[in-house]
Amino acid sequence: MKLYDYVLSGNCYKIRLLLGFLDLDYEKRPVDFFPGREHKSDAFLKINPLGQIPVLEDGEIRIRDAQAILIYLASRYDKSGEWFPGQSHSQIAEVAQWLAFSDMITSTASAARLHDMLGYNLDIDAARAGAHRLLRVLEDHLAHQEFDGHDWLAGRRPTIADISCFPYVALAEDGGIDLFCYPAILRWIRRFTALDGFHSMPGINVSP
Amino acid sequence: MTPDPFTLSHWYAIGRIEDFPNGYKGEHRILSTDIAVSHHGELNVTGPEGSMGVQTRYGHVWTTLSRDPRPLYNMPEFEEEGRRLVTAGAIAVRCSGLRAVENFLDMAHFPFVHTGILGVEEHAEVEKYDVSMGAAGDEIWATKCRFFQPMAAAAAEGGQVIEYRYRVAHPYSTILYKTCPLRDGHWDLIGLFIQPTEEDECIVHSFVLVFDEHNTDTDLLHFQQNIFLQDRMVLENQVPNKLPIDPRWEMPTRAVKSHGVTWSTTRFEKVA
Ligand SMILES: N[C@@H](CCC(=O)N[C@@H](CS)C(=O)NCC(=O)O)C(=O)O
Ligand SMILES: [Fe+2]
Repeated sequence: MKLYDYVLSGNCYKIRLLLGFLDLDYEKRPVDFFPGREHKSDAFLKINPLGQIPVLEDGEIRIRDAQAILIYLASRYDKSGEWFPGQSHSQIAEVAQWLAFSDMITSTASAARLHDMLGYNLDIDAARAGAHRLLRVLEDHLAHQEFDGHDWLAGRRPTIADISCFPYVALAEDGGIDLFCYPAILRWIRRFTALDGFHSMPGINVSP
Repeated sequence: MTPDPFTLSHWYAIGRIEDFPNGYKGEHRILSTDIAVSHHGELNVTGPEGSMGVQTRYGHVWTTLSRDPRPLYNMPEFEEEGRRLVTAGAIAVRCSGLRAVENFLDMAHFPFVHTGILGVEEHAEVEKYDVSMGAAGDEIWATKCRFFQPMAAAAAEGGQVIEYRYRVAHPYSTILYKTCPLRDGHWDLIGLFIQPTEEDECIVHSFVLVFDEHNTDTDLLHFQQNIFLQDRMVLENQVPNKLPIDPRWEMPTRAVKSHGVTWSTTRFEKVA
């Protein structure tokens, strides 16, 4: 398996996380996302016409989009079936809903981070405000889950929904988005970083 | 606050040469001052008082607000055969550029911030090292720094005790000379060229200049960015954001005090 990867990318980190949890071997193909913009090069556009990372290749299969890759890896390689539970229709839908939500976090919180850290030219106030709107939704949901005795986004166990939302929420402060007014989110981050097989990336504060 | 004369007297990197292709036009900032950069056949930098000095060196474009700047320091290693230069791009950090230099010089953070790469918690002690002024009196060197590193460079195989020399050739620029894991008697260079934008904000341009036949440029880039972004998180969380002038700290304080640097610093008494 080959992952087109960038160290500072939260979307690539989603894949590295699941590969780690599943203890799968893979090869990294580092992409010079910044400053080289290799993902927009002609050669890379042949791999992903959207000019985005991550991309995963497994034998003849090539998949783009972090969420699609998570579904693929979990449904193909997770023998426990826990990372992407397929028993109940409503739970499948719930996971899918948070996967879609996570891509909205990418377009807001991750955008703010690219602006603050790498100097991307974009509307920073809109990006931060959009991120806070989503964080409030996430906060409410996690608080409800805790009230029902559930630690995770879609049930009693962590799923790819949690993996998918984790990186850009945990990296939000890189983009000047303060998390201290989201206590349920902070508790969820702490639970996530304590999972067996978790590994960090720069910008994520793993407090004991 | 207007920058002190010493801070004003330097050249500052504002980006990599390839970031300013022919036809480029953009706004930049140094020392709380807006500057405009354009490239039409040649590079032009304009500030509030008109056209400013510009030069390209060490893979980067440099400018200065001074009419009579101090010469940019020499790094003869850039002319050595067989080295590879990888520039890691402009990374913005919400802290004083002096703080970024201070952190870079402080080996004690390796085991805790770069765990498993530049240090391990079982080998956290920093041994004594020498500090001296450079020949012309305007540089500081720390030499004979030794540290155990599990993965000293992208090309390293296994842990080893690495010898370091730190050079502060400029208040906002520092270079690390580190024994090359591949070539005895040679040093790999890792450096920061810092562009101070505000007293408590800076943009860090970093580079590696190494002997390495195993890794691609992108491997080296990822190694470097991974480490620097670990530092960024720590730097942004330091209080205060400006450099506290504490008489007990040898390296940065000596540099700063002997030249009357005040911009981007804060007196220790105010902090305590
Ligand atoms: N929906 C995609 C978004 C991926 C994405 O935004 N990737 C970033 C890097 S983390 C990227 O390649 N951005 C370049 C672009 O969108 O043009 C996913 O989840 O994989
Ligand atoms: Fe560091």
